[in-house]
Amino acid sequence: MESKDMVRMANQIATFFKSYGAEEGTKEIATHINNFWEPRMRSHFFDFVAKGNTGFDPLVLAAVSMIRKPADHATQQGDLPKHGEES
Amino acid sequence: MIIKETDFGTPKSEATQMVTLEIDGHSITVPEGTSIMRAAMELGTKIPKLCATDSLNSFGSCRLCLVEIEGRKGTPASCTTPVAAGIKVKTQSDRLGNLRKGVMELYISDHPLDCLTCAANGDCELQDMAGAVGLRDVRYGYDGDNHVSAKREGVGENFRFKEKDESNPYFTFDPAKCIVCSRCVRACEEVQGTFALTIDGRGFASHVSAGMDEGFMASECVSCGACVQACPTATLTEKSVIKKGQPEHSVVTTCAYCGVGCSFKAEMKGDDVIRMVPYKDGGANEGHSCVKGRFAWGYATHKDRVTKPMIRTRITDPWKEVGWEEAIAHAAGGFKSIQRKYGRGSIGGITSSRCTNEEVYVVQKMIRSAFQNNNVDTCARVCHSPTGYGLSKTFGTSAGTQNFKSVEKADVILIIGANPTDGHPVFASRMKKRIRAGAKLIVADPRKTDSVRSPHIEASFHLPLRPGTNVAIVNALSHVILTEGLENKAFIAERCDTVEFSRWTNFIRDPKNSPEALEAETGVSAEDVRGAARLFATGGNGAIYYGLGVTEHSQGSTMVMGMANLAMLTGNIGREGVGVNPLRGQNNVQGACDMGSFPHELPGYRHISDNVVRDLFNKVWNTTLDSEPGLRIPNMLSAAVDGTFKGIFIQGEDIAQSDPNTNHVTAALEAMEMVVVQDLFLNETAAFAHVFFPGTSFLEKDGTFTNAERRINRVRQVKAPMQGKHEWQVVAELAQAMGYDMKYNNAAEIMDEIALVTPTFAGVSFKKIEEMGSVQWPCNEKAPNGTPMMHVDGFVRGKGRFMITEYVPTPERANRDFPLILTTGRILSQYNVGAQTRRTENSSWHPEDVLEIHPHDAELRGIADGDMVSLTSRIGGTTLRALITERMPQGVIYTTFHHPVTGANVITTEYSDWATNCPEYKVTAVQVRPSNQPSEWQKDWETREEENKRVAAE
Repeated sequence: MESKDMVRMANQIATFFKSYGAEEGTKEIATHINNFWEPRMRSHFFDFVAKGNTGFDPLVLAAVSMIRKPADHATQQGDLPKHGEES
Repeated sequence: MIIKETDFGTPKSEATQMVTLEIDGHSITVPEGTSIMRAAMELGTKIPKLCATDSLNSFGSCRLCLVEIEGRKGTPASCTTPVAAGIKVKTQSDRLGNLRKGVMELYISDHPLDCLTCAANGDCELQDMAGAVGLRDVRYGYDGDNHVSAKREGVGENFRFKEKDESNPYFTFDPAKCIVCSRCVRACEEVQGTFALTIDGRGFASHVSAGMDEGFMASECVSCGACVQACPTATLTEKSVIKKGQPEHSVVTTCAYCGVGCSFKAEMKGDDVIRMVPYKDGGANEGHSCVKGRFAWGYATHKDRVTKPMIRTRITDPWKEVGWEEAIAHAAGGFKSIQRKYGRGSIGGITSSRCTNEEVYVVQKMIRSAFQNNNVDTCARVCHSPTGYGLSKTFGTSAGTQNFKSVEKADVILIIGANPTDGHPVFASRMKKRIRAGAKLIVADPRKTDSVRSPHIEASFHLPLRPGTNVAIVNALSHVILTEGLENKAFIAERCDTVEFSRWTNFIRDPKNSPEALEAETGVSAEDVRGAARLFATGGNGAIYYGLGVTEHSQGSTMVMGMANLAMLTGNIGREGVGVNPLRGQNNVQGACDMGSFPHELPGYRHISDNVVRDLFNKVWNTTLDSEPGLRIPNMLSAAVDGTFKGIFIQGEDIAQSDPNTNHVTAALEAMEMVVVQDLFLNETAAFAHVFFPGTSFLEKDGTFTNAERRINRVRQVKAPMQGKHEWQVVAELAQAMGYDMKYNNAAEIMDEIALVTPTFAGVSFKKIEEMGSVQWPCNEKAPNGTPMMHVDGFVRGKGRFMITEYVPTPERANRDFPLILTTGRILSQYNVGAQTRRTENSSWHPEDVLEIHPHDAELRGIADGDMVSLTSRIGGTTLRALITERMPQGVIYTTFHHPVTGANVITTEYSDWATNCPEYKVTAVQVRPSNQPSEWQKDWETREEENKRVAAE
């Protein structure tokens, strides 16, 4: 995903929840991202946040600590379905 | 055996007062207002009739149904005479017999006597009545004045004779066989609501006229088939019956087009479908149909159908036909090697809203268990995903609140972003019937659709809003209602969360939400918005119906919540005649969502992160589910371009044509190493596929579809799968080949498993549906016979939650380079990407996609009606034909995406709904210029069409 699209999507979410004030709003933003963003999207998000220069809505940045850090899973070589190689 | 519903002659009376009378010595009690004819039929007495049928109001023109009533003079028509307490009716006497015989004699004196070679032979009410009244001869002879023969002896040319009208591709109209009973005219008026037919002339010159006597195809006829069904003779007959003869058995099944989900009788000869006839006992349609379901099923046996599995290494190679085993092994091998290389999350799949619940369920199960990730999504992503999100936030469940029948009790109907006469025609007919009976209508749509004004229908308010300003309009409506004190205080106090309500009140009262403040933004006069708001709040039962014009926006989910707010504010939830009703696009889009097709939730809308729910599935499925949400379709495509998503299984969906920003979609598909497509045809997406699994048409499927009313209808197999396997079988075998044990013996077993794991489906089984005809979920211990209406005593979430819906303009705005706004939609005769309807005669109505443009915008650009024009956005360009029409407002243009060569989605952008990533199809800034050549994309498409769809010779 292009970073600008990811930033736009996060900011769109923030724009909706902004109406609920800073405290509730940030919580809702985090919940939304935790519920709907697949781990590699969240990784992309964290990488981008870590770089500093982001373009994120302040509410998104305020929500960062509540967003679940994805375990490095599922997109690693050798990470395979548990039912094994052959049946 | 042919299934034949009982014809009671006249419609059922809705009265509650009962009346007892005597017919031929038998006592019978019926509701007040019932006709004598109907009362007699309830006793099993068939009074002879020709002009009466119970789908139409009684008319009293044929004079066959005469009866005698003790103490009353004359012989009244039983169809137009209501029952009365204590009357004694005789349906047969010498006098009645002679009268009826005399009437039949007159009919037959002006009717061809070609019964043996007539297409209606065996299915002709005129023939039946001649038999019933005992007609033995016709004293008048056949040489007199008549409509039957082209030439008359001694007279020459017969001016009354009219040639057969064969202009409609699906049925013929033979005036020589017409008895002018008016059933077709009344069906067109009362059932369909198009008013295309009339009786022209008087007396013996009376005849049925389509439009201005211009033939069916040139008239306003929409080819719904209601007239054909109503015709008691061979005058209106399906061409398929003329060609092949009368069917010998029938099977009740469900249409595979839109989300209305009409029930049809597939009338068959062997395994050859002769015709599809709407089923009167079908809950969704109650005997009505549209041109698609009724007639456009020929694609199922079209020569383009692929019936053998095919594989290839590169997408530029020709396809190689192989056996099922090889194809499945090839796909599984590809997926497994991708997972070895790029990890478990590098593959995924898409379920189809055109497939059955059972087929969808097994695909998501395969992805979650055999692929062992949650990268599963469905076409609802690009249509009604905001409905799911918005309604569950406010009401607690994501489906529509009513059944279709509910519209009969609506007083004010608010249509937003939907064009039911084209997209959901059978529902539109029901709605128009209610409007003709007095309900008021408000339409919010940039275009002047047929709902805004058509014969005997006129919206009280048309709010022609600018695309992208839905939320502004719905906020303004609520603002007016609240600030003028028109809200339903009792409902809000009793049924809604009052803390949330007072929060919302502070927001909505703000003058920035007033229609005056938003006028410049929406383009709708503040006065009209105020008028519409007052009407909706005070006009009685208010019902909201909406379509993709609501959801396919950056603020799609916000808008859904805005409408839910409006319904709660006015107390329009939880009873007949009200509600928030999404008009679902595809036949089983509701079902596909119910079956757990979204990457974040399991069947029954339960989040994948819920440990208790996951444990249940782990046990039943014998697997270990991943607790993380998977990728949604647009995320899959992005991940493919990024190189972390390499393989996809696509069940019956054509993302290369239907999804936005085509170039991005095809780049993603090209970046993948294993694309498996399961479909009827080599569709646009199949041009990028490595494995093709031939699918089954709805006529070959066994299972269920769930329509927009949450109604689970049976799809019954009427013929064997042409490619030899059920789709769920293929999927189960693929799962097996991937190393996960999945096996079912039949579709009923799959539904039993769905019922086991999904609380809202706990009471559903094929047996239950067989008993009830259909059942609306939730169906469980609390509602053993299903739930036609939701939120009756309380909301599913407990208290209804008003959500704050701030209007935020979309970033996609008209500018100097792209000064017009393009919005997209559909038309009546075609369906979605057109894969089915383009392979039928429906293309006679819509052979190509056209660009609708306002005369002023056209003039400014030197565009004449019918010119080829280039349509460009910042994303891409295409070329199509212009249609100049005042249905469009200035500054907004419109097209459909039924034909792949149009490439309407080459234009659409990457913007999407904030909550669900549903693409913003409805707003794209564009420019239009005269053009004389296809766009670059279209040239590439032509090449690809040629190259990528080749099949190697044996």
